[in-house]
Amino acid sequence: MATTDLPRAEAPAGTRVDWHSNATKRRVKRRNWANWRLQFYGLASIGVATLLLCLLFGSLIHTGYVAFFQTKVALKLDLSSDLIDRENLAESNFRKITRNAFKAYFPDVTSPRDTRALMKIMSSGAQYIVRNRVIANPDLVGKTVTMQVPLSDPYDQLYKGVIPLKIDGLGLDRITNFRRLQNRNVVVVENGKSFVKTDVILSEKEVQDGTFNVILNEAFKAFFPRDRSLAYLEILGPDAVDTLKAYVEANPSKIGQTVSLNIPIAPLYDQLQRTGEAKIRNPRFKSDQELAWYGSLKERGLLGTVFAWSLFTNPDSRFPELAGLAGALVGTFLTLMVCFLLSFPLAIGAAIYLEEFAPKNRVSDIIEVNINNLAAVPSVVFGLLGLALFIGTFGLPRSVPLVGGMALSLMTLPTIIVATRAALKSVPPSIREAALGVGASKHQTIMHHVLPLAMPGILTGTIIGLAQALGETAPLLLIGMNAFIPSIQDMGITQPAMALPTQIYTWADSSERGFVSKTSAAILVLLCFLIIMNITAVILRKRFERKW
Amino acid sequence: MVDDTKGQGVIEATIDRADHPKANPMQPTDNANPAPSDPPPAATPVADDTTAAATSTGPVTYKLTSRDVNVHYGEKRALFDVALDIPDKAVMALIGPSGCGKSTYLRCLNRMNDVIPIAKVTGEIKLEGQDIYDPSLDVVELRARVGMVFQKPNPFPKSIFENVAYGPRIHGLTASKSELEELVETSLTRAGLFKEVKDRLHEPGTGLSGGQQQRLCIARAIATKPNMILMDEPCSALDPIATAIVEELIDELRQQYCIVIVTHSMQQAARVSQRTAFFHLGYLVEEDETAKMFSNPQDKRTQDYITGRFG
Repeated sequence: MATTDLPRAEAPAGTRVDWHSNATKRRVKRRNWANWRLQFYGLASIGVATLLLCLLFGSLIHTGYVAFFQTKVALKLDLSSDLIDRENLAESNFRKITRNAFKAYFPDVTSPRDTRALMKIMSSGAQYIVRNRVIANPDLVGKTVTMQVPLSDPYDQLYKGVIPLKIDGLGLDRITNFRRLQNRNVVVVENGKSFVKTDVILSEKEVQDGTFNVILNEAFKAFFPRDRSLAYLEILGPDAVDTLKAYVEANPSKIGQTVSLNIPIAPLYDQLQRTGEAKIRNPRFKSDQELAWYGSLKERGLLGTVFAWSLFTNPDSRFPELAGLAGALVGTFLTLMVCFLLSFPLAIGAAIYLEEFAPKNRVSDIIEVNINNLAAVPSVVFGLLGLALFIGTFGLPRSVPLVGGMALSLMTLPTIIVATRAALKSVPPSIREAALGVGASKHQTIMHHVLPLAMPGILTGTIIGLAQALGETAPLLLIGMNAFIPSIQDMGITQPAMALPTQIYTWADSSERGFVSKTSAAILVLLCFLIIMNITAVILRKRFERKW
Repeated sequence: MVDDTKGQGVIEATIDRADHPKANPMQPTDNANPAPSDPPPAATPVADDTTAAATSTGPVTYKLTSRDVNVHYGEKRALFDVALDIPDKAVMALIGPSGCGKSTYLRCLNRMNDVIPIAKVTGEIKLEGQDIYDPSLDVVELRARVGMVFQKPNPFPKSIFENVAYGPRIHGLTASKSELEELVETSLTRAGLFKEVKDRLHEPGTGLSGGQQQRLCIARAIATKPNMILMDEPCSALDPIATAIVEELIDELRQQYCIVIVTHSMQQAARVSQRTAFFHLGYLVEEDETAKMFSNPQDKRTQDYITGRFG
């Protein structure tokens, strides 16, 4: 009332704003430019991020997609022979059956040595694949059946075009050395063979000692006065010494003089001179004979690639063509199960107490800060804790999903607690008031109204927490969950296991060529699971999103 | 004091007919609540034993009596020695500018202030002679006996049926499913909503219109068979048509319940209430029959407020 009686403050009568002055126009221009710039920075950032993501996926898919296919050879297996033990199928000599079937393609290979070499083309696991198939279908016994069994890794990779048949035999530095000689025009080709035209000093002493190689080395040194690696000596052909020797014997009068000679060069360099490139057989293949056998199989159309279900159904193996993710998938499932069962109820309990009951004081503040700290602790520390506490102090077994899940739940706990608290907080107070207003107790209000309404948010947080745990490698490595598990038969939460990320780690560490693509394929599988989990979280959030 | 019949007839007549057939229903309160003529903030009614007074001095029974009610929110004092008696089977309106403490007082009556950790309530509030702040009293039972309707319609995100059935179910008011269904139907009927929703009882209550939602909340409140219903600005989120329906409903409910309504609209207070209390800055300034209050307020502040000079 009093305020209304006061005289109204008059607005100061200022000068009119000139919206068309040059200063204003400049300001507008600057403002628009700044807007545009901000937008551009944002777009550029998104562009870079997308590009990097595309690069990651592109490289993974490029390397990994071949692992989803397996080269197989069709075998005609004679299951009627007396190698089959009809009473006890598992005890039959499938090794011999399989080998016989493969050998049948090469009747001219007889010696045991050649047979051994021949069998290297077929996967060593072929006999077990045949055995399992026959045991699963006993009515195959007595017939001749065609089965496809995997090729061993190098041939699998060769067929899929991952590795070449021939590789460069000379390194870049070797080629550079040779180019130097070519540039000096001392490399000559005579009768389809390459020589280096060299000034050789036929010193009397060396000729008497018969150390013709020293003479040649000295002569070559003249071409590479500053090269101390002596790598250029590789250019000398194996017959260079003999050539020199023959010359000296033919022309004894030249001893003590300097003569210009055509020195033969090594075959690879000869090849380089004549064809422009120096290729050798890929050292992953033992002999040309093996490659010829492979070629003959390919020619006869016995080879082919099929989708490699074994990637998902096989356990780990030392042989890439047999290795699969089944063990890792089971291990990851068990680990995440333990993690979920531990962290979900604990986190919800903690969050409900902190959000609904805890008095706001110093203690609850400290707890809150430390929960957030827990989320920021590097995962390797949780692994060490798991190792020291769960395995060291509590004496739990190593490498088992139980301990892995416990270590991971330390990591997911804070994530779920924070998400649950946010979800509880987002339930509007009007719902609590409504429940309290009709006489619901605090417990009833929380259990009947608040918690169900917060559940989508809680589940979203849980899934995101578990997705983090899914990709976590360090804690699992520390508690030894990179065990080699060649069978998934008796996996359990107290049996040694490996998980997807540790499987990736192990494969990435293996030297066989097939594991390179297997690693990428395993990463793709892991990413698929992550994407599925995150999409589930998003869908949950969208589906149950409420407008209050 | 002032002539009863002056200025209004309808409400007065209703009161006379429906609630206090023995004429001059508000007479005793004249003694109980002498309106203060001087501005000092607290307008304390003469403290007599109101339950006794109700029985001895006339037909008016007080559902609830309060004395020296003080509320502190931490350091801040929100209510100063409020003493107010609330008659049964009538509507008591609490008016006053924002932040004057009327909602705070309302929330003392079913102990909703308990959920605010920093709130401290002192004084004596008796519901049917029983101190509601007695530690031995179960607050859950109290809230079942004192229903509440909030400013914003807040049905549970469940079906219409579940909304109404929730209270009776948790308090075990019904023995069988059919009894529960009957109670839900009765409550919805009494809230004037049953006809509109009888075909979609199992659809979510949040799908109703604002006015329907508020009536659903009223049905939910009366389903626990309360003695008293508290309404905290029940129409502030509703359009005029929905407001009219809810006001009509309040007028009907008055036959059976003791209703306390907080409102910002003086017209609403005049329309629905029989008695009005004016709060200002945490003090109960004046409490009287609604008609008297609006026609002849005793306090300068009340006069200023109801004539729209502030607030």
